[in-house]
Amino acid sequence: MPVADPIYLDNNATAPLRAEAVAAIHKAMGPPANPSSVHGFGRRARLLVEDARQSLGVLVGCRAQDVVFTSGGTEANNLALSGFSHVITSAIEHDSVLQAAPRASLLPVTGDGVVDLAALKQMVAAVPVEQRKQTIVSVMAANNETGVIQPLAEIVQIARDAGLATHSDMVQLLGKTHIDLEALGLDFASFSAHKIGGPTGVGALAVRPGQSLTSLLRGGGQEQGRRSGTENLLGITGFGAAATAAFGDVAHYREMARWRDAFEAEIGAARPDMVLFGADVPRLGNTSCLVVGDKPSETMVMALDIAGVAVSAGSACSSGKVTASHVLNAMGAGEKAAQAIRVSGGWQTRRQDFERLAQVLAGL
Amino acid sequence: MVSPPTSPPASPPASSAAPSAPMALNSLGFAKPVAETRVVVAMSGGVDSSVTAALLHEQGYEVIGITLQLYDHGVAVQAKGACCAGVDIHDARTVAARLGIPHYVLDYESRFRDQVMQDFADSYLRGETPIPCVKCNQTVKFSDLLTTARDLGADCLATGHYVQRFDTAAGPVLHRGADAGKDQSYFLFATTPDQLDYLRFPLGGLSKEETRELAHRHGLSVADKPDSQDICFVPNGRYGDVVRRLRPGAVEAGEIVHLDGTVLGTHNGIIDYTIGQRRGLGIGGRKDADEAEGPLYVVGIDPATHQVIVGPQSALACEQVHLGETSWVARDGAPLPGHAVLARLRNTAPAMPAMIESVADGGVVIRLQEPQFGIAAGQAAAIYDADDSQNLLGGGWITAAPLAALAS
Repeated sequence: MPVADPIYLDNNATAPLRAEAVAAIHKAMGPPANPSSVHGFGRRARLLVEDARQSLGVLVGCRAQDVVFTSGGTEANNLALSGFSHVITSAIEHDSVLQAAPRASLLPVTGDGVVDLAALKQMVAAVPVEQRKQTIVSVMAANNETGVIQPLAEIVQIARDAGLATHSDMVQLLGKTHIDLEALGLDFASFSAHKIGGPTGVGALAVRPGQSLTSLLRGGGQEQGRRSGTENLLGITGFGAAATAAFGDVAHYREMARWRDAFEAEIGAARPDMVLFGADVPRLGNTSCLVVGDKPSETMVMALDIAGVAVSAGSACSSGKVTASHVLNAMGAGEKAAQAIRVSGGWQTRRQDFERLAQVLAGL
Repeated sequence: MVSPPTSPPASPPASSAAPSAPMALNSLGFAKPVAETRVVVAMSGGVDSSVTAALLHEQGYEVIGITLQLYDHGVAVQAKGACCAGVDIHDARTVAARLGIPHYVLDYESRFRDQVMQDFADSYLRGETPIPCVKCNQTVKFSDLLTTARDLGADCLATGHYVQRFDTAAGPVLHRGADAGKDQSYFLFATTPDQLDYLRFPLGGLSKEETRELAHRHGLSVADKPDSQDICFVPNGRYGDVVRRLRPGAVEAGEIVHLDGTVLGTHNGIIDYTIGQRRGLGIGGRKDADEAEGPLYVVGIDPATHQVIVGPQSALACEQVHLGETSWVARDGAPLPGHAVLARLRNTAPAMPAMIESVADGGVVIRLQEPQFGIAAGQAAAIYDADDSQNLLGGGWITAAPLAALAS
């Protein structure tokens, strides 16, 4: 029997649109709105875009003018890496980094899913002096599957000491912990609206002052020549509203870490064979990556879906086919990689959502 | 006065619906409401399985669609940048979304490669002519998918095959599809009793035309989609290319030899030849011999010497067929030696009268009443009940090419 009121615990994939974003988009809809136009309609549109830029800048600790709006996290990652001939990245990155840099040097990770800093030091030291200017180190801030937070400050330090540029895919970290780009010293950072309750189809790349950036698309030179194409006004407006609302989320996720921990403790008590990934290192408060039982991931995800709980596993191809997680494989999870599920809460998630998942899992 | 014989009342008494009465079986044979019966439908993206899902959904069952990703479509059609999923998977998703049923795509690529495609290639290299569709039903669909369906708590697994399943006192039996032109029992000869217990074939009583009508009535986008003709992972019919890709270097050139020992030509690999093949042998006729024996056929393939053996049609005649890995649909369903049966040696061929000659461990030898031509090792023989030609008993894989003896 279909479940009347399913719960959603797949927010690392996408989160529901926040009421604040809906209201802002709704308000902006209707009038002609090309922010480049010289007339009053254009000026009003420009103001909306700049307000959103300001909101995002405040949330991530950079100047508004350092924010370049894109079509999403994927484009932001592609854009950041496009100016470099050599990329050093980790084996657990999102496909939009791995596919954008197919010849990249891949950093291994520990069994807990943390980038191996010793390997990074070696790899950085091996970059010939004449190649340093064309080399970028790109490591995600927090992993989408395990929630494991990477030691970004150390990574940036190691790279900068060798004169290399740095980029971080911060899509999953946004809104969940305090981000201060200026203090971090990153050259580039990628963000996506729909992970924090904004609309899909909009993201941003924050660029450190002084770093140059060439548009991937040739065209009208919008975003100060860094991203051609008329700005996605409705998307950007929604992103800005979601960013402002997300300012209050950090406390919510701190609390969620306790719900998540209680959930894991409950499952672990009933199922001593439970495997948790990244539980012993810093990770996002909203994410749990675990193995319960010996069924394939896809069977678990289907059974939970049928029982009215939406979670995920691995990464889904556009066909809907689920493939074993390259992240867990890189962590040396072996056959467990094909049995893990990912649970991820969002801005709207309540304590009882985790409790309900625990109940349903116990009943499978 | 003799009391009249008791006759049933004109209308059933109202008390027959008392709560204590056992519940009538639903159309899938379960004693529970349709809404509480969970059915996994194997959806290929074609019209048959789409209608299967639509019918069961319309009847009120809890239907879950599952589509198997069996091979990388982009690789199969050799198109760079093509999606790993072919149009069939997208069609299945669309149909499921339109019906409003849950639908999942399972990655069975490695299982399919290991259990079907590798076997397909090895079989060709052994000089056989394999039928991967039977292996796929046997392993991937009715073993792995069936396990997944059970794991999901489904009561049964339904497919769009044109075969009929009936429950009898002795257990379920499998009959040919009502539409003789669409019957798929040949491809299901290896269905085991445990599998049949769990399987349902809602289209078995329909004709293809009726299925298409139903597809139109349900507004399914696949209603006019043509039936698939080829082996799914060989979309252009060039199976030799697939074997060469799967087994690089394993295909070797060799000689085309007449039964009398004369070398008539050369070939690029035995995999390009099938027992019974007449056209495209790449050899000229033999003038003096032609009149005597007529056109030449492939009558044998020797994987050890890479020889393709040709001879007259008479050399293809075969009365005795050895079957290995036999499988029987019913529990204790194995026919006994001396038993009369009907044997279908190709999907499109009629079932021929035959007799079970002997039974050995895991195999049988059957003797055909009339000799048949072009029986190839690696093909399947489906065995039917001599008393009821609709009733599939089971079958086996044709082993020992009967002509090997003749050739040597």
